[in-house]
Amino acid sequence: MGRKLLTEHLNVAGIETFDVYRKHGGYRSVEKALKTMTPDEVTEEVKKSGLRGRGGAGFPAGMKWSFLDRKSDKPRYLVCNADESEPGTFKDRHLMSKLPHLLVEGMITASYALGAKASYIYIRGELMYVLRILQKAIDEAYAKGFLGKNILGSGYDLDLYVHPGGGAYICGEETALLESLEGKRGNPRNKPPFPAVWGLYGSPTVVNNVETIASVPVIVNDGGDEYAKIGIGRSTGTKLISACGHLNKPGIYEIEMGVPVEEFIYSDEYCGGIWKGRDLKAVIAGGSSVPILPKELILKTAAGENRLMTYESLADGGFATGTMLGSGGFIAMDETTCIVKHTWSLARFYHHESCGQCSPCREGTGWLEKVLHRLEHGHGHERDIDLLVSIAKQIEGNTICPLGDAAAWPVAAAVRHFRHEFEWHVREPKAATQPGAVYRGEAVLA
Amino acid sequence: MSLTTNTAAAPQFSPENQREIARLLTQYPPERKKSALLPVLHLAQAQFGGWVSPEVQDLVADTLNLKPIEVYEVATFYTMFNLKAVGRHVLEVCRTGPCLIRGADELMAELEQKTGATFGGAPSPDGMFSLKEVECLASCGTAPMLQCREDYHENLDRPGAVDAMLTKLRAS
Ligand SMILES: Cc1cc2nc3c(=O)[nH]c(=O)nc-3n(C[C@H](O)[C@H](O)[C@H](O)COP(=O)(O)O)c2cc1C
Ligand code: SF4
Ligand code: FES
Repeated sequence: MGRKLLTEHLNVAGIETFDVYRKHGGYRSVEKALKTMTPDEVTEEVKKSGLRGRGGAGFPAGMKWSFLDRKSDKPRYLVCNADESEPGTFKDRHLMSKLPHLLVEGMITASYALGAKASYIYIRGELMYVLRILQKAIDEAYAKGFLGKNILGSGYDLDLYVHPGGGAYICGEETALLESLEGKRGNPRNKPPFPAVWGLYGSPTVVNNVETIASVPVIVNDGGDEYAKIGIGRSTGTKLISACGHLNKPGIYEIEMGVPVEEFIYSDEYCGGIWKGRDLKAVIAGGSSVPILPKELILKTAAGENRLMTYESLADGGFATGTMLGSGGFIAMDETTCIVKHTWSLARFYHHESCGQCSPCREGTGWLEKVLHRLEHGHGHERDIDLLVSIAKQIEGNTICPLGDAAAWPVAAAVRHFRHEFEWHVREPKAATQPGAVYRGEAVLA
Repeated sequence: MSLTTNTAAAPQFSPENQREIARLLTQYPPERKKSALLPVLHLAQAQFGGWVSPEVQDLVADTLNLKPIEVYEVATFYTMFNLKAVGRHVLEVCRTGPCLIRGADELMAELEQKTGATFGGAPSPDGMFSLKEVECLASCGTAPMLQCREDYHENLDRPGAVDAMLTKLRAS
């Protein structure tokens, strides 16, 4: 059994209440930080821990904190990204609804490190019931003196607020999130300036994912060095993986970084194998934006090594034969899955969610959807397959925010690894459009 | 709430919502009232029958001292705000990849057949249900699923799950 740094007490009855949470060691990091450490010492521990942002990009959290403009005389903000809308990702919702005080505790300790006097949790609007759970936890923390003025007599003041979005995937992008929190449309900003300098209300701001912030208490309690002992290389600590698709046991698993992908899929400790006794066909390992890999390449790298659940191992081979850990949204597909249909569905998603500011993304995502739609529905041409690749190339790297890339990569990867399946849709449209029809040939290895 | 009272002239926030709006405004710097726009739009939609008419959007603008356009451009950007009248229960079905491969299509067909409403079309003739396709709701491990108001209805491929849910909603 791997260690559970975040979810150890997840199933304790009443853990969503302050008293039970506190009895199980809750809020110790706030006491330790506020009473015995300077803000910079807290940041230093987070740096030592090697903790990387859990929202998708994997940027080192301590480094991000150290970029915060501390010379500015404007207020500083910590904003928690609880927008969780990346298809395949459902870990933050789970963590917040079961362990609301863990996030509140992390927000207090992290805000102290950053010198924020007001912090926000921006949660996707659909999760209004989770917002209410968080609000209750926040109210309790105020009542117990862990929020508000002069917390634990330390002289440190902090207000913590929770704010709902309105239904827009793009608001997970950090600058769109800040625009949205200011009451505007969620249009990503041009960068630089980065939020560390020009964030919420033009003030220095750190935006971190829920899971990143929830990892701060254990790092402060045990020390960054202890945390860094778990995992492999630059993938330290534990990671929440939300597993879905055709698995016997879909759900949320906290794993130590470094678990082999094969073990994660097949062992009973985790997903328990592919449902209905079927064979695995493909996996999208880190949320819908990362490249899909066929079974052969998700279990082993192109060099024949076991693929591990770490940032580095999943990325081994680059996009030619690898993928990304991303948000930890793990989508497993069995042998009956039509890759063309699934890719079309993702293209439709990105087209729907494009904010429309830049033409390569606005137009390109529309084209991807359109071309995939006609391929899936049996009206495709041979040249459409290369057209997809060419559209994806024209979007990639040419947009204000990474949503463009996120739309392009899944399509490019699907064609790269499953080209035969697209060709089959062109060659035999009648057969391919039968309900439940699926290509049974070999997936192409790059 | 029936559809006719939604369109009554000069809507007003209930006393309870007025108190909640006052509380919300303490969350943001005094010169940043506009930050309360999304939470206030949610309150408005919940109070006025599940959608925000132009009159309701004007009320929100008045309440927060915003120009009406500032509210319209936001209400139209975010998919949670319904700009047309809806049935009593809006069933928002996730159609994205992970749900799709776990039976979202079948769920959608079943719902159209059992409610008489259509996706992207009219509410059911009895005004009870509207059907809406939405993107991933962070519930992919319990697909197929839908949201109705604040509730998540998950694993709807279990035998009888849809019928049980509809019966409950019809009675509520
Ligand atoms: C289109 C798009 C959607 C995103 N959605 C989320 C999200 O839902 N949650 C999240 O934490 N980060 C999301 N991100 C990443 C954020 O921009 C940002 O990198 C992250 O919140 C930083 O936190 P971290 O360093 O703790 O991961 C998204 C990025 C893009 C481009
Ligand atoms: S890449 Fe797409 S989502 Fe991002 S800013 Fe441009 S149009 Fe908007
Ligand atoms: S894809 Fe349906 S909830 Fe995520």
